[in-house]
Amino acid sequence: MDQALVTQLGDELYEALAQRKTVTPLSSRHADITIEDGYHIQQRLIARRLEAGEKVVGKKIGVTSQAVMNMLGVGQPDFGWLLDGMVYNEGESIPMDGLIQPKAEGEIAFVLKRDLLGPGISNADVLAATAGVMACFEIVDSRIENWKIKIQDTVADNASCGVFVLGDRLVDPRDVDLSTCGMILEKNGEIVGTGAGAATMGSPVNAVAWLANTLGRLGIPLKAGEVILSGALAAMVPVVKGDNLRVTIGGIGGCSVRFV
Amino acid sequence: MKLDQATIAQLAEHLENCELKARDTPKITDEHSAMDWDDAYAIQDEIRRRKIARGSRVAGLKAGLTSFAKMKQMGVGTPVFGFLPDYGAVPEGGTITVDELIHPRIEPEIVFVMKHALKGPGCHIGAVLAATDFVMPGLEVIDSRYRDFKFDLKSVIADNTSSARFVVGARIKPAATLDLRTLGVVLEKNGAIVALGAGAAVLGHPATAVAMLANHLGARGEEIPAGAMIFSGGITEAVAAGRGDNITLRIHELGSVACKFV
Repeated sequence: MDQALVTQLGDELYEALAQRKTVTPLSSRHADITIEDGYHIQQRLIARRLEAGEKVVGKKIGVTSQAVMNMLGVGQPDFGWLLDGMVYNEGESIPMDGLIQPKAEGEIAFVLKRDLLGPGISNADVLAATAGVMACFEIVDSRIENWKIKIQDTVADNASCGVFVLGDRLVDPRDVDLSTCGMILEKNGEIVGTGAGAATMGSPVNAVAWLANTLGRLGIPLKAGEVILSGALAAMVPVVKGDNLRVTIGGIGGCSVRFV
Repeated sequence: MKLDQATIAQLAEHLENCELKARDTPKITDEHSAMDWDDAYAIQDEIRRRKIARGSRVAGLKAGLTSFAKMKQMGVGTPVFGFLPDYGAVPEGGTITVDELIHPRIEPEIVFVMKHALKGPGCHIGAVLAATDFVMPGLEVIDSRYRDFKFDLKSVIADNTSSARFVVGARIKPAATLDLRTLGVVLEKNGAIVALGAGAAVLGHPATAVAMLANHLGARGEEIPAGAMIFSGGITEAVAAGRGDNITLRIHELGSVACKFV
């Protein structure tokens, strides 16, 4: 895919995001689009947001469960960028008019105290560089109509990131078994999903190490102070205006959010 | 009660023979559509009486159909209850002989061992936790005697809620020190993760299943005796297992438990 087309598609996704509308899947218009093309388009989309004044606050890892990998026909996760405009905190309300077709995922967020630059990053490096872990919601959203995404579409669309919500407890990762800690997702008081840390590539630590090594090959570090969303612990749940959600993670804490 | 004693005895003998000989059968409500809940438990009681008369002991009690999703699907508001015969016990890391079973499936569960007796009605989570000695991880092997898993709830109760084999892990913890709702479970078959969940998948809290069991027994003039071991219900979907499969269950704070199908 040539640079002109990459720029055009990145701009198209940026405009869709800014105007809260959807576009037809890029993969249906450009049958030969590769995952690498997707990342180039994502870069253009992020560059537009940074030009508009946003700042990078972290990264997210997506497609971390075997079920979603199978659905999208891939053998590895994807990633996207977290910007300051996406941040919400425990108990805050998210206006629906800022989103298009949101869905909620319960996740474990890592907050780094040291840079991580791959390749060669092991789980030990990740844990040593982690200031703490938090319960969080990732509110995924898609600028592709009706979520009709192939892997190339979601990669180009910043890994379908919408906004995210952080809990209010930071827990030392040495005090939690991140692979077996359980997750409960409740919507309007009803349990709509349960899961465990191992849902993300066997352990959320594996997912962060994967990201550090993948970005390291491009010379990009995970930076001290950044938030890394490590992937969904259960299937995502659609949300509408008025919904009240809570995620609780064993040994870590919880996080609530309302959609208004 | 809609069935007479002779029919109950005959159905109990038929279902127990299916279990002991690893033979499947059409669901019993096909021929006895009038059967009610009391009949279903009366058939299960008769199976228990037959086993005890033959020298078996009851090693534990169990709750089944404990997820909100499954209860909604079957149109009921309470789980089903059964018992675990002593010969179903498999040591931690032990083997399960596939030829002795029909179409076994595995469920990851939190197991309660009671310090004090519990008698309903009126039992709640607090009463259960106060009466619990400790909890531990458990694998239940269920094996419905019904052909192709075609059954209804009354048939399942009569069939001792598909009880077959059970394995418990050696790591025990006092329930009061754990948040049983957020204990994560990871079920692995031959090293690959096949199911994931958290304790809350059982009725919002696994102790609720034990409270409901105490209330169910209380209504029949019975109780959960001190020392009883209780399998509180599958936290994930049941997973099919066959010859050669290695099963490992890991539970947050409770270690792991494993078995092998041969």
